[in-house]
Amino acid sequence: MTGSLPTLTAMAENRQDHAPATGQRRSTVRSLLRLWPYARAVRGRLAISATAASLAMLSTLAVPVVLGRIVDGPLAERDLDALWPLVGLLLLLGLIEAALFYTRRVVLSRPLGRLEAAMRGDLYAKLQRLPVSFHDRWGSGQMISRATTDMNAMRLFLAFPLVFLVVNSVTFLAGTALMFTQDWRLALIVLAPAVPLFLLTRRFESGYSVSSRLAQDQNGDLATVVEESVLGIRILKAFGRHRSMAEHFREQSHLLRRTELRKAHLLANLWAVIVGLPEIALGCALAVGAYLVAHDELSAGTLVAFLSTALALRWPVESLGWLLAYANEASTAVDRFFEVMDEPEPENPGVATTLGAPDGIRLTGVRFRYPDAPEGTPDLLTGIDLHIRRGETMALVGATGSGKTTLTALLPRLYETTAGSITLDGTDIRELPREKLRELVAVAFEEPTLFSATVRENVLMGAPGADERQLASALATAQAGFVDKLPAGADTEVGEQGLSLSGGQRQRLALARAVVGDPPFLVLDDPLSALDVHTEALVERALREVLGSTTALVVAHRPSTVLLADRVAVLADGRIEAVGTHQELLRDCPHYRELMSGEAALLPEGPFVPNGGHAR
Amino acid sequence: MTTTVEPANAGPAKAGRAKAEPVEEELPAPPADEEDIPVPPGAPRALLRSLLGPHRARIAVAMVVILVQQAALQSGPLLVAVAMDRGIPALREHDSGPLIAVVAAYLFCAVLSPVLQWAFIKISARVNQDILLDLRGRIFRHAQRLSLDFHERYTSGRIISRATSDIDALRELLSEGLQELLTVFLSVCYISVLLVVLDWRLGLASLLSLLPLALIAHSFRTRSRRVYRRSRTAAASMIVRFTETMNGIRPVQAFRREKANDAAFAVVNQQSSGANAEGFLELARYVGLSRTAANLWITGIVLLGAYLVTEDALELGVLTAFVLYLRRLFDPVDQLAMFLNSYQSAAAALEKIAGLLAHEPTVAEPAEPAELPQAAGKGREVSFERTSFAYRTGKQVLPPFDLLIPAGQTVAVVGATGAGKSTVAKLLARFYDPTDGRIRLDGVDLRDLATPELRRGVVMVTQESFLFSGTVAENIAIGRPGATREEVEQAARDIGAYEFIAALPDGFDTDVRKRGGRISAGQRQLVAFARALLADPAVLILDEATSSLDVPGEQAVQRAMRTVLAGRTAVIIAHRLSTVEIADRVLVMDQGRIVEDGSPQELIEGSGRFAALHRAWRDSLV
Repeated sequence: MTGSLPTLTAMAENRQDHAPATGQRRSTVRSLLRLWPYARAVRGRLAISATAASLAMLSTLAVPVVLGRIVDGPLAERDLDALWPLVGLLLLLGLIEAALFYTRRVVLSRPLGRLEAAMRGDLYAKLQRLPVSFHDRWGSGQMISRATTDMNAMRLFLAFPLVFLVVNSVTFLAGTALMFTQDWRLALIVLAPAVPLFLLTRRFESGYSVSSRLAQDQNGDLATVVEESVLGIRILKAFGRHRSMAEHFREQSHLLRRTELRKAHLLANLWAVIVGLPEIALGCALAVGAYLVAHDELSAGTLVAFLSTALALRWPVESLGWLLAYANEASTAVDRFFEVMDEPEPENPGVATTLGAPDGIRLTGVRFRYPDAPEGTPDLLTGIDLHIRRGETMALVGATGSGKTTLTALLPRLYETTAGSITLDGTDIRELPREKLRELVAVAFEEPTLFSATVRENVLMGAPGADERQLASALATAQAGFVDKLPAGADTEVGEQGLSLSGGQRQRLALARAVVGDPPFLVLDDPLSALDVHTEALVERALREVLGSTTALVVAHRPSTVLLADRVAVLADGRIEAVGTHQELLRDCPHYRELMSGEAALLPEGPFVPNGGHAR
Repeated sequence: MTTTVEPANAGPAKAGRAKAEPVEEELPAPPADEEDIPVPPGAPRALLRSLLGPHRARIAVAMVVILVQQAALQSGPLLVAVAMDRGIPALREHDSGPLIAVVAAYLFCAVLSPVLQWAFIKISARVNQDILLDLRGRIFRHAQRLSLDFHERYTSGRIISRATSDIDALRELLSEGLQELLTVFLSVCYISVLLVVLDWRLGLASLLSLLPLALIAHSFRTRSRRVYRRSRTAAASMIVRFTETMNGIRPVQAFRREKANDAAFAVVNQQSSGANAEGFLELARYVGLSRTAANLWITGIVLLGAYLVTEDALELGVLTAFVLYLRRLFDPVDQLAMFLNSYQSAAAALEKIAGLLAHEPTVAEPAEPAELPQAAGKGREVSFERTSFAYRTGKQVLPPFDLLIPAGQTVAVVGATGAGKSTVAKLLARFYDPTDGRIRLDGVDLRDLATPELRRGVVMVTQESFLFSGTVAENIAIGRPGATREEVEQAARDIGAYEFIAALPDGFDTDVRKRGGRISAGQRQLVAFARALLADPAVLILDEATSSLDVPGEQAVQRAMRTVLAGRTAVIIAHRLSTVEIADRVLVMDQGRIVEDGSPQELIEGSGRFAALHRAWRDSLV
């Protein structure tokens, strides 16, 4: 899409915001060590698994010995009686080996599943508790890829590569020791590539980590594009833009492809070196060994033994390539996981449990700017002083974009004020535990979001203790009579995975959710915007009763909503410009008059020129 | 304080329904489908074929490369043997030729093998990535092509999981699995031949072991297929829950859903990882069983061999070599397990993906697209002819109706929630196709228009005001991708959005998802309007597009509409009657029927519903 959707630079920038600079990247091992708190729970199982794998390897090595005995002993001597115990031993070893293979996996399967679930559950729990401003910054696609692809990478790493890294290293060390006892000269030749290999893998690691991290981020970006394309499907359809979106997606996935190819390129280089260098060294050892044997400085038997040992070490060394790749991917996945987990959760020092004298809501010198706003931007709210008396309904009116919604988000502490204080009945909201605060302050958002749950659950979210009667009365207040006509009434599943309700229906349920259980403080953000005139009137009438017994702040765009309130506050330039009744403000506040009626006349009388169209 | 007047109270409403009776609601769209769309038999296989097809040549090259590479790799031990048997005796005779030749051959293989390995990784990575790119693109494009009714049922989370975690499963198979399968296959072939050559009786007896091994593998596949299907489904519901929470984080926190959500998520989370663990267990079982079978077989062969040796029917050396090679025949069992594991997981994923891809959009592109005739003016004529609409469940929303909207007319559609206004708009925008009858644009059936042609004709602005990540300018430019900056700014200016956009930290270049780019619902609606203006369609549909605007904002929009809509055909759906002021004609709908039709003036002066509504609305103004 030619620039009309996010550009690639924007995406790259996006990443720069979050990803730690590559220079300060943690080493692979240090990243992986951060898994310890989770891996602790499975450390015993990991040890068993590694032991089983090592033992299996030993029994694999023992089998040729037994076979040799069979051949040299009973068979050579045609002594069938002596054959049985050895064959029995062979069978036993085979069964033990199979059991160990089974054990190695079986001990890890469920614990690793639990570990994965624990990590994902923690990520989810953490994300739920991080401030809204955090979610503003991160696309949810990035979070999805952390919860799925990254988790998978970590689980896989713990399941196979980690165990093999241990087993193969042990094998390698044991094999090396053995080679030195056989012939130290040849051993030195065979080990000569170790130094360059070590250096090369170090280099590989740093390069691969960067690419692997990039691929994971690009995967997240891709998930974001998919998500947006689905959430914005109506717009894309309405403008026939699905091709451009697909084009955008294609660009993104080409970026990912390029990174993946880069990873493959690095891996191919590493493999070539890891496979090639030892083989060349082995060739040299063969030449030198043969020379030594020919000159009787080495026995032929020792050379054969040496070379078979060296060949047996092929696999542990070669496997290093993909083990390292796995380890790197897991470590960058761990980094991404802890990037979220390290994010500080908002402190919650509040301990107050009771409110003071019935004073209502009082905002004093409240200033606010979004925490991620660029340096130098002026505060959005520049000193709000407002007092909503106990039992009073205050309408909040202001031009589009003046910060009304932002102000409402400060009351339940979805965002923290930059300065100033907000008190509920004299108690500073920061002294209340969040949980308690949000119980006291019920909110109906501008965008009514329903969750995948029944209507009942969605509404009762507002007051978990509320009973059937309160549910019915909340639904009645919101004029949500349509609920009775749903297939299962209030037990009908709605939300993403249930019935999709219309905007107006969702808004009424969201309103019911806010008013259920008669919350002492109510914040309604343009609660009637999606309702038709008729329903709006009905809701207003019912709402008026509810508002009579609660302290409320109602964001209003239209006169009809304003009329719900006892008084009106006008928000302009980040301050409360005026407070008064509707009539007073109409009289005294030109800005208010303009907001309520438009600049010109009360009714913009348009020329009604009826045209010839008619229904047939 | 003025009170609002009950509309139904205020006038002699035609239908005379009880005053407080709640408005008749539109039944919501049919419930979400249970778990997944059915997968036509053979679809996954066909999908796989079509994915691999274009890469046949490269796959063949990769196979040859790995074949030669394996040969080079396997020749190592052989060359060592030659060096021992021939090279050293020759060297003792002071003939270094054979040893040099063997060592040279060894070094040659030592260089060839990694080079080929390198080439194989490069080629296969390219093939894999191209396949994944292809498949990702297919899923994405197809999801975009599918009709709205589908998107209303199939949650966004599930589409995301198709395009992410299912693709991951496939990626795993492609990146490791295929190479494993190839090497396993090659080594089994190589060793089988060797065994039969060494001793045909023992060889055949050994090859018989492949039978029980195949049976075990088969049983594993059958059992794990079930597990992996469950695992894909569980992963999808986990993702659905996850996205839902993240997208609704404000209400989640405001209504203290954290703990309840933790518990609900734990269920799907455990199901997902439980299914994974289950798969892992199946794998362990498979490995254990096949190892047991293989080792039993080896013991049997040793016994048989021992018998033959004692009968002097077999040489001792042959038996030794034979048993050593026999073990290598079974070595790949473990590798095969890895392959089968990723294969099963990928097969389940592919099945889900194939199901999605096989789902045909109900609103299909025409096979032979028609073109719109040259328009006389800016607008086009719209005609509904015996058009009716019912949900899949059969519940009728719109009974058959006729409606002619002449080119250039602005029509306002009013009525209670659920009266069917939005359905009319969605039919005209071809979000849905009518169940019966047709809708014509300048005489051409909408169903005969290809999407680009249709969208030059009809564009709809909905009340939803989703913004895509990117800058404000980019969001407006969705209306017309080729538009210049001047055109974008002009569109914003026309609709009264210029001031607020210019006041954003980076003006039109402000990223809407970042730093200070917070844009209120009302402002988003203005952006949506600017987008529609830029699209410059012949027919513009506005569906509750001003619901979040304040009065001045709405008036600015109306002023703009008066000039912008001039000559265009427009259908405006609104709760707020202010919008009606700019209409040439008003339709009042009730329960799916058009019950009043006339110019605003006529209807206001009449005694129908509209007159009542209008009075109520006027009273609600200042």
